[in-house]
Amino acid sequence: MQDRMIARAKELLADGTVDRVMGWKKGEFLYDATPAVFYSAEELDAGFVMNAFTAANVSKYLIKETKKEGKILAFLKPCDSFSFRQLMNEHRVDRDKVYIVGIPSWGKADMEKIRQKGITGITSIEEREGDFVVNTILRETHVIKKYDVYLEKCKNCKSKEIVVYDELLDGENGAAVTNSRFDEVAKLEAMTPDERFAFWQNELSRCIRCNACRNVCPACTCEKCVFDNPKSGLENKAAATSFEENMFHIIRAFHVAGRCTDCGECSRVCPQHIPLHLLNRKFIKDMNELYGDFQAGEAEQQRHPVTSYRTDDAEPGVIYTRGGTGK
Amino acid sequence: MKRIALTSLDALLARIAETQALYVPVDAKGGARFEQWEAGKVLSDATNTARSAKDFFFPQTESLYDVKMTGKKLEIVDTREDGEDFVIFGARACDVRSFSILDSVFLADPVDTYYKSRRDRATVVSLACTKPEETCFCQAFGIDAAAPEGDVAAWKEEGYLYLKAQSEKGERLLEALSDLLEDADEKAVETQQMRTRWFLSALPLGKVSFEGMKQTDLMDHFKNEKWKSLSEACIGCGTCTFVCPTCQCYDVREFDDGKKVRKFRCWDSCMYSDFTLMAHGNSRNSQLERFRQRFMHKLVYHPNNHDGEFGCVGCGRCLQKCPIGMNIVKVEKALEAPHEE
Amino acid sequence: MKNDVLMPLVGVVTDIRQDTPDVKTFRVNAPGGGKVFEHIPGQCAMLSVPGAGEGMFSITSSPTNKAFMEFSIKKCGCLTSWLHQMEVGQEIGIRGPYGNGFPVDTAFKGKDMLFIAGGIGLAPLRSVINYCRDKRADYGEIDIVYGARSMDDLVDYREIIDEWMADEGIHVHLTIDRPQEGWDGHVGFVPNYVKELGFDTNKTAIICGPPIMIKFTLAGLTELGFDKTQVYTTMELRMKCGVGKCGRCNIGDKYVCKDGPVFRCDQLDHMPDEY
Repeated sequence: MQDRMIARAKELLADGTVDRVMGWKKGEFLYDATPAVFYSAEELDAGFVMNAFTAANVSKYLIKETKKEGKILAFLKPCDSFSFRQLMNEHRVDRDKVYIVGIPSWGKADMEKIRQKGITGITSIEEREGDFVVNTILRETHVIKKYDVYLEKCKNCKSKEIVVYDELLDGENGAAVTNSRFDEVAKLEAMTPDERFAFWQNELSRCIRCNACRNVCPACTCEKCVFDNPKSGLENKAAATSFEENMFHIIRAFHVAGRCTDCGECSRVCPQHIPLHLLNRKFIKDMNELYGDFQAGEAEQQRHPVTSYRTDDAEPGVIYTRGGTGK
Repeated sequence: MKRIALTSLDALLARIAETQALYVPVDAKGGARFEQWEAGKVLSDATNTARSAKDFFFPQTESLYDVKMTGKKLEIVDTREDGEDFVIFGARACDVRSFSILDSVFLADPVDTYYKSRRDRATVVSLACTKPEETCFCQAFGIDAAAPEGDVAAWKEEGYLYLKAQSEKGERLLEALSDLLEDADEKAVETQQMRTRWFLSALPLGKVSFEGMKQTDLMDHFKNEKWKSLSEACIGCGTCTFVCPTCQCYDVREFDDGKKVRKFRCWDSCMYSDFTLMAHGNSRNSQLERFRQRFMHKLVYHPNNHDGEFGCVGCGRCLQKCPIGMNIVKVEKALEAPHEE
Repeated sequence: MKNDVLMPLVGVVTDIRQDTPDVKTFRVNAPGGGKVFEHIPGQCAMLSVPGAGEGMFSITSSPTNKAFMEFSIKKCGCLTSWLHQMEVGQEIGIRGPYGNGFPVDTAFKGKDMLFIAGGIGLAPLRSVINYCRDKRADYGEIDIVYGARSMDDLVDYREIIDEWMADEGIHVHLTIDRPQEGWDGHVGFVPNYVKELGFDTNKTAIICGPPIMIKFTLAGLTELGFDKTQVYTTMELRMKCGVGKCGRCNIGDKYVCKDGPVFRCDQLDHMPDEY
């Protein structure tokens, strides 16, 4: 697929459709590609990469890119396209300045999961059908099922549909897929409040406040986050109390509620492996249950349940009812 | 050199824990991490901990003092308590070297007494690496993962834990454990050492060197046009800073509990937009400037001020954790490559 | 082993003077009288107020003043606003002195001095100017070029008129940015005024003011034939620790709090333009 993408990018550069290409640049290893902008066929040949590890969602970069002159080519995976569409809904990106080629994605791998299998000193990783063949300096060869080491967001993929594009690399679009992404949330809901509190306390106490979750999040597009603004009174770099530790993540989850497309980047980038996506999924599940199924970024110019009002909306008392039963 | 059978490791750890707080890396969700040892906790085999060991001396947050204001009167209270002695058991060579880099900042005149008191109370037992990661490049900084620094160096080999005292503190520790230990020959770990050194040199980053950085003047590095493309994708988070064992920048903040104000310090990152923000402006407004600052600090400024020692130990955490796959090795390679016209 | 450089001493504000609409000068003593600590001209101190924060301010009084320290502070943020609303008798946290200070007893000794300041930039220079006045025999001619937005923004105006201008061998040249009723002095920006005045190049110059003023004035002096080794300036960046450890006030490999705030201008050529 990488070769077809490079070829198409070169055509679009050559015929003047675009003047640059948003993609992923080859790193030291197979798994450390960096989002990058390419300006020429030579640059594409030298560094453009697409493989099982190029998971970074590039939609957010298009906010900055579409403020520049000219038109940029962006290859969007299905989940990236949801993020981009949501950014369009929020008027954060200029659709006319992006030429979108939708690309399929069968799942991206998580290097940490490979390491967690106790594999160290990797000298090469080859993709072979459904497997990774990993060679190490210890002269070991490990054959790993790709699915086993998929990122959480890919294991629980919600849709293979590309919701916004100018053309599709494969010519045909995917569709929503059945998934079990709310199972973990249901497990948390089944806990007693004390158990649930203990669960989150344990997870969030590992937070080092690096802000990677926020900065990578395509829904976190405030010019100045309250948590960075000395004038907000909320600026905090480190938790002074355990309450503040939780507050950052809870407030963030509230702020992206109804706008979070469940792209899973927050959990992908967390250096402490905190399952942050579960907070967002709880909101999504609640919204689905209270207001009917809703998927942020799926359609154009929609109002989301949190910003719209209907006479049959759930009453505030629902919080007590649900909380009171331990759910 | 002393040794103890690995089957008796728990007895050794229990003995240390009788008199001092003992911290060892244990496997946990999210990767290995240092925890206070108690019976039942197992020393992790992971190559390294997810978080660096700098927390022991430079914690994420720490109280500095309390201030109480009554009317116009001010009272400043040192709230520190005398902490207990502790042992860090199983730190890797890279992290142990990071302590001396932190020392060069915190112990320089005027001494940071918060840091120093913890440093004085600690005995460091390092553990030699046997299975380096492809992200390891400690050898680029003259660190020998097979013969780590530390008050005591340890090796796991063929059913035994070998221990070698390397300082007075280390000798005191081994002395207190002497009835559990037997004499051993240093040759016992030589094969392991040779193997580890070979692994490190043969891994993808085995030939990485930063020495070339010193051939170029500070201003030329600063003006290098590569900073633009290198920093382009940086999302301005603090992951690299906070997982880094040598990043030591901090912020001093306060917490008002209604009765008093507690001054505390916490980790800070030069990648953050408010790091240099003043009431009337900011000396580093763009992410390019902030990104450049971090790497210039590690690769140019720190060596300039500390006899050529780089502010990096090659632990590879930033290579594993950066959300967008940017890291110090890529920066070094780009800066060393010939400038584009 | 209690006590640490980061832990402040207590100082008490014994006098407050309104200098301009947004600048006040605070006199600080130790609670039992006398000074909290000694300093050399150009050095700074960290002042703190619980709940409002901590900030680095240059000590504007001369060390030859044995009775008290003074700080001229412009109201521009949270901490300075708090300081501006306090009353005499208020205790504050104070620690220092920090920084290298001016080489008053070495490089400056016996030299003709040219002080150039803009706005609140006079604050750090006042310490040196008064030091030179108090040790008059150690220094040659003294020229002071000082400019502000308006007449009302000239800090220490009374002291300038009543004391500095009255001194033998001290020449004060004042300027304001725009014409103003009641002002018959020079109108125009400091860098231009310096060029108009055209000083003799044997002088040692010290510039302090906003970064942009420093850059243009330095260029002007170079044009007049000054060598950069004869020109000094003093810098200000965000600081937290004051002792070269918190990592934010660096310009290249120099920390403003520790290696500065005073720099000789030829040093600036080897420092990135991040100030």
